[in-house]
Amino acid sequence: MAWNEPGKPDSKDPWGAGRRGSAAGSDLDQLVRKLRDQLSGLFGGKGKGTGGGGFSAGQAGGAMLVAVVIVAVWLLSGVYIVQEGEKAVVLRFGEKVDITDRGLRWRFPWPIERVDKVNVGKISTIEVGYRTSGGSRSKVPNESLMLTEDENIIDIEFAVQYKVKDPAQFLFSVHRPEDTIVQVTESAVREVVGRSKLDYVFENRKLIESDVRKLLQVILDNYNSGIEIQAVEMQRAQPPKEVKDSFDDAVRAREDKERAKNEAEAYAYDIIPRARGDAESLIKEAEGYQSAAVARAQGDAQRFVRVANEYVKAPGVTRQRLYLETMEKVLSRSTKVLIDQRAGNNMIYLPLDKLMAGREAKPAPGPAAFVPSTTPVAAEPTVGDRDPDSQRQRPDARRRGNLP
Amino acid sequence: MNPNRLIAAGAVLVIVLMIVSSAFYTVDERQKALVTRFGEVIRYDDKPGLHYKTPFVDKVVYFEARILTMDAEPTPFLTQEKKYVMVDSFVKWRVSDPRKFYLTVGGQYADARRRLDQLVNSSLRDEVNKLKVQDVISKDRAKIVATVTTNTREEARKFGIEIVDVRMQRVDLPPEVSKSVYDRMKAERSRIANELRAQGDEESKKIRAEANKTVTVTIANAYRKSEGLRGDGDARATAIYGAAANTAPEFYALYRSLKAYQETFKNKDDILIIDPSSDFFRYMKKP
Repeated sequence: MAWNEPGKPDSKDPWGAGRRGSAAGSDLDQLVRKLRDQLSGLFGGKGKGTGGGGFSAGQAGGAMLVAVVIVAVWLLSGVYIVQEGEKAVVLRFGEKVDITDRGLRWRFPWPIERVDKVNVGKISTIEVGYRTSGGSRSKVPNESLMLTEDENIIDIEFAVQYKVKDPAQFLFSVHRPEDTIVQVTESAVREVVGRSKLDYVFENRKLIESDVRKLLQVILDNYNSGIEIQAVEMQRAQPPKEVKDSFDDAVRAREDKERAKNEAEAYAYDIIPRARGDAESLIKEAEGYQSAAVARAQGDAQRFVRVANEYVKAPGVTRQRLYLETMEKVLSRSTKVLIDQRAGNNMIYLPLDKLMAGREAKPAPGPAAFVPSTTPVAAEPTVGDRDPDSQRQRPDARRRGNLP
Repeated sequence: MNPNRLIAAGAVLVIVLMIVSSAFYTVDERQKALVTRFGEVIRYDDKPGLHYKTPFVDKVVYFEARILTMDAEPTPFLTQEKKYVMVDSFVKWRVSDPRKFYLTVGGQYADARRRLDQLVNSSLRDEVNKLKVQDVISKDRAKIVATVTTNTREEARKFGIEIVDVRMQRVDLPPEVSKSVYDRMKAERSRIANELRAQGDEESKKIRAEANKTVTVTIANAYRKSEGLRGDGDARATAIYGAAANTAPEFYALYRSLKAYQETFKNKDDILIIDPSSDFFRYMKKP
């Protein structure tokens, strides 16, 4: 590039002065002065030496002015601006001499020095397995489908964020660094996923992310790429669409299992307390029975003992009275048919079923109203020619026995 | 002013510029330079910066100093169990020795790439051949590339090339195998699903059975206790009755019988067919 390099051949810094980019202002003055000296030596000297060469002082002065302006413009072309977040690498004849920060800067103009600016503040993102462009997102199955350790195929999408940590390395170490990051990211993701089992990947996304990040940084550092990985994010990890239904079903099955368990527990929590209640009521009932049985026995016993005490005093009469009272009660409350068995061996037709049916048809009209309405013994056909004695008995037989 | 002098001065200036421009060359940080004189390499290890050479005689050839990429096409490799895997690899390399690079491949990157491709490809093939699919995918992945890097590094050096890194970007199964992988994954999932559902059923049944058992036992225990209580009540009642009856056994028989008659016949449904000759009717017949 340095075709018209005016410096001395063996000097790396042809302008002699130890120029420092950070002290550009004072250097500039010095430089202009030096230039002026050299130029005046070249033209002015010549003019003087040749004498009558036709150069007037005014002409020489005019030429000088033009030269100075040209030089001044050339020097001004060395001014450059480094934006916030940028770093500029200054190359002198291709050799890196300085890295400058933001601000208004000066360098030696072309062809001596040049500046390569690198944005070190910007965080760039690389997408693996998908691309976003203008809000829409499209899959890249070639990138997103990968093999796991157990030879399953998983669908993973990654986003990697990086920035430049060393602008000189970034510029000089790797040819097309962005492409390299893409390649290395893909390689690192696949390496990490390749040594993990399918379910592990689903369940340990953070670990996978940090493993990928570490591996990625190691590889990029190995290239001296000057790139720092800021973040690795697993955007999506899912089974491939071909097997998605099966995976969803497995997830549902897990829920089904939980549900079956919960339902069973609900059942258990329903019936066990009820059973405890039932048991308690059984026991209480029995306790009640026990107490009642004892109490009733005691009551009966007391009554008996007292009656018995009186009975002893007049056994015959008491016996008779008790018997009659009892029979009175029994007969007064029952339906009765009086039949004289000694009257003969006659067959009597007693329509017991009708007696019963009659009772049910006219429930409780009063004990007295009942007997007359009931068709009495319908024994006429069979007993028609029986002896009158037995026939006469019959009205008696139908008499109510409970009249006082 | 003499115009001829001016022309002469201009000509001298041009010649000086030409000589100067031919005598100096710069090497960028991104470059490696090699100087030849009549086709012979005389220098090849210049640092970045400004350098001098013999004007018009020496020629400078520049090479890329940065790391370059040789991205191989996805290639099917046979594994130990005779399955194919598609390996997509890339090699990171750089020109380390411009002289050798210039002499062996004539400084042609395409040629260099082709040679690298062959070199790495065959080494990779050898390594993959020794391993099973699973090892290629997972645990030996790093080992494979490390071995390939080591094995090819020496050979590459002959071309003036330094192999920085060999990496497998992708290791995939061929598309027709992917289908069977999907089938296997489906089968595996349905196995898991079935197992989970069966486990759910198992646990459900266990819980229900346990609950039923608890219920049965609880009720039975309660029955045992309640029957005991009832028996105890009966026993105590019996004892009380017995003690009372023993005070007047003969009367007790009468008393209890009469009570039983009362209890037995207390309803209109009870039909008594009575012989009037019974004792009760004694006075009915003959007062």
